[in-house]
Amino acid sequence: MQFPATHKGPALRTEQIILFRVSGELFAVSSGAVQEVRSVDSLAGSATEINAPGLAKVRHIVRRGERSLFVVNGAMHFGLPLTSGLLVFVLRSTRTALLIDGIEKMTTMTRLQGLPMAFNQEERSWYRGLTALEQNVVPVVRPEGFLNDEEISLLEASLIHAMPGAAKISVTKRGLPS
Amino acid sequence: MTVQSETGSQTFVLLRLGERRFAVASSQIAELVAPSRIFRFPHRSPAVEGVILRRGRIVPVCDVSEQLIGTRLKARRFYLIVVRHYGDKSEWVALPVSGECELIGADMSASSDADIPHVAGWISHDGDVIEVLNLDVLTPGPGWTPRTDAPLELQETAT
Repeated sequence: MQFPATHKGPALRTEQIILFRVSGELFAVSSGAVQEVRSVDSLAGSATEINAPGLAKVRHIVRRGERSLFVVNGAMHFGLPLTSGLLVFVLRSTRTALLIDGIEKMTTMTRLQGLPMAFNQEERSWYRGLTALEQNVVPVVRPEGFLNDEEISLLEASLIHAMPGAAKISVTKRGLPS
Repeated sequence: MTVQSETGSQTFVLLRLGERRFAVASSQIAELVAPSRIFRFPHRSPAVEGVILRRGRIVPVCDVSEQLIGTRLKARRFYLIVVRHYGDKSEWVALPVSGECELIGADMSASSDADIPHVAGWISHDGDVIEVLNLDVLTPGPGWTPRTDAPLELQETAT
């Protein structure tokens, strides 16, 4: 499943979002931020294990074109009970492939409220803000918030050990190993 | 919320947390509402319980009772929605309270260096001396850490 980039009309101020679940919790992501959705099964054969000390939320990498994507376990990232994870979001313009449990639905948000200032910890980098949907409040994730610069540097250093022959890994026409 | 005499130079809302009463300047009160559903989602700010929806706004819920009386509230009767300032911006924050709130008039005595930071001043009411809360210190924001060493015996003193 592939999603085109979202173009926001200035008059409507709406945004297409994907509601997804991680360990029972509901989150939203802009559909324009999701380049591809893949099943874990479709990646299982080509993922390479990686072990970055102190960064347990990333255990695998997959190649996409010239880039290595780090598979971030969504449950570990958010500090939730671990689940097996069934789907992977390839997040546009990031090095992150996000492991999630499932997609709830696609919908439109009409208002994004910034995270209240009372939230003063790392969730400020996790979320773009909150949106009210059907008598519920859903956090809207920030695609670049799953891995910070320091974590990417750490992972790249580990990547050299994990994939000395990274350039030889085959890439399918769809862009991800199958 | 009951309204009592307004003879003082300022008005305050008295709120109850357990057996203790505290005051907040009425200019910092948005409204008093019945408890509603708290929406929770993953975060790492221990002072924030979740958020409620109020008048189209998403309002964080911060239980300040542990800081003020040393224990969490067993029962909540209302949320007192207060205005918290962050520099030149302000946001609503919902404080769970355990009893009725009163609007009173009183003259405030300024706090001193000996007072704990969340004390903005003191007022006298019905024979009690009551802390006026500095919400900008008491409730979380950027760079904020909770105080856990509040001297409880100073919080409400009989005169």
